[in-house]
Amino acid sequence: MRPDTVVPSAVPAVEPITPPATPPHDETVPHTHPEPGVDPHPPLARAGRALRVGIGGPVGSGKTALVAALCRAFADELRLGVVTNDIYTTEDADFLRRAGVLDPARIRAVETGCCPHTAIRDDIGANLDAVDELAEAVGPLDLVLVESGGDNLTATFSRGLVDRQIFVVDVAGGDKVPRKGGPGVTAADLLVINKTDLAPMVGADLAVMDRDARARRGDLPTLFLSIVGDPTATRVADWIRHELAHHAALHPLAVPVGPT
Amino acid sequence: MATPSLLLLLADGRFPAGAHAHSGGLEAAVAAGRVTDLATLEAFLAGRLATAGLVGAAFAAAAHRAAVPETVGRADALARLDAELDARTAAPALRAVSRRQGRALLRAGRAIWPDAAFADLPATPTGAHQPLVLGLLCAAAGLSRLETATIAAYGTLTGAASAGVRLLGLDPYRVQALLVGLADACDGTAADAARAADDPPERLPAAAAPLADIHAEIHATWEVRLFAS
Ligand SMILES: Nc1nc2c(ncn2[C@@H]2O[C@H](COP(=O)(O)OP(=O)(O)OP(=O)(O)O)[C@@H](O)[C@H]2O)c(=O)[nH]1
Ligand SMILES: [Mg+2]
Repeated sequence: MRPDTVVPSAVPAVEPITPPATPPHDETVPHTHPEPGVDPHPPLARAGRALRVGIGGPVGSGKTALVAALCRAFADELRLGVVTNDIYTTEDADFLRRAGVLDPARIRAVETGCCPHTAIRDDIGANLDAVDELAEAVGPLDLVLVESGGDNLTATFSRGLVDRQIFVVDVAGGDKVPRKGGPGVTAADLLVINKTDLAPMVGADLAVMDRDARARRGDLPTLFLSIVGDPTATRVADWIRHELAHHAALHPLAVPVGPT
Repeated sequence: MATPSLLLLLADGRFPAGAHAHSGGLEAAVAAGRVTDLATLEAFLAGRLATAGLVGAAFAAAAHRAAVPETVGRADALARLDAELDARTAAPALRAVSRRQGRALLRAGRAIWPDAAFADLPATPTGAHQPLVLGLLCAAAGLSRLETATIAAYGTLTGAASAGVRLLGLDPYRVQALLVGLADACDGTAADAARAADDPPERLPAAAAPLADIHAEIHATWEVRLFAS
């Protein structure tokens, strides 16, 4: 068994999370269908291990901005950790630390040696180490966001590393990107088309992007986003809440063995 | 009996043990202007083989020896090897790299050979040195001591060579030809290392390259780098 999949043997001794005041029951948010018999909308349940969400996409599409937005969104709600994969540096991790959206101890940077896609797909050990180290350093986590280095349209995460993946493209890359497809666009659990505020300036047709995304992705959800306009990425955060509920149902907290 | 396929599998740069993120000191040597072309890359690789290559292969072979046959006192033997290899790795940055690579290899090894003797590795908080893990992994795969040393020596060459292709834009065919030219030296180093593993830990090879140690320390402080080491 991989060490990272070991279910904790006891309930972690930390403050329970107070569910958000207004539970996120926005049914307009597209989300994966629940397992039969599972209500995905009760207050967020704790899972036996953190949900790991990969955030990939081309250079500069807004992956770090999305991570920062989600940190803001979940600040008082989830025990969060972030792993960044930069091509050259620890730039993204440094940005997040400077932005003050998350305790720096909850951010780890993995160096990828010219090959960001290798570190998230073919040879995931350094990322799994980073996830383990986060839990060792700050205690159990509910959600770990793994940002990939900016890469091309073929870069996707291994299922051995993440449970869900979000692929982030932006309108400034051209409204042809969804049509071009590639495994990130076609198969990611959520496609985010970011920087919609720039669409008029770059002449991107959002309707075309929406149509092409639907054609490529079938039933898989796509969300349009402007982080400039929505600094907590509300609908992406809601999608993650739904996925967390499914994850908690699949990975229940181990019940401590009490005296009989 | 091991199959040749298992030898190839463990020597393959695509084996998921984190090697892709490391240049074996080449990135720092390139930045220092010491490696600029095929000829200087060849000299770098030959030097690396004779130092880090020999030492790493000898410790991998010694760990393999401790693993088979079912040795009593294996944990003690491995702990001594770990301490001896620490003493041979002067640069703290390189110690950290070796242990990080050991962790990566251990993660792969545990997933693939869950019954191997990994529990006998010293319980250092940052992991055991990579050659020790490699020795146990190769033993679990049924490889011989010489094959184990060959994988270790070969790995010190190929990682740096492929980093050379990426960092200097060298012709990949000519870099492979250069590796062909170094094959005899690599086999010779592996044979020396496998023989040396008969000696007690304190007598194992201690070849060092002070400039590589200094470069590694400087490299670790760079703000922008392509490779982790
Ligand atoms: N106008 C606009 N700019 C945005 C939006 N989201 C991000 N940006 C900007 O786009 C630039 C790149 O954003 P990052 O979050 O660094 O992108 P990234 O995908 O993490 O980039 P790499 O990690 O380098 O691949 C930054 O200057 C952001 O401020 C948005 O919704 N609208
Ligand atoms: Mg980024």
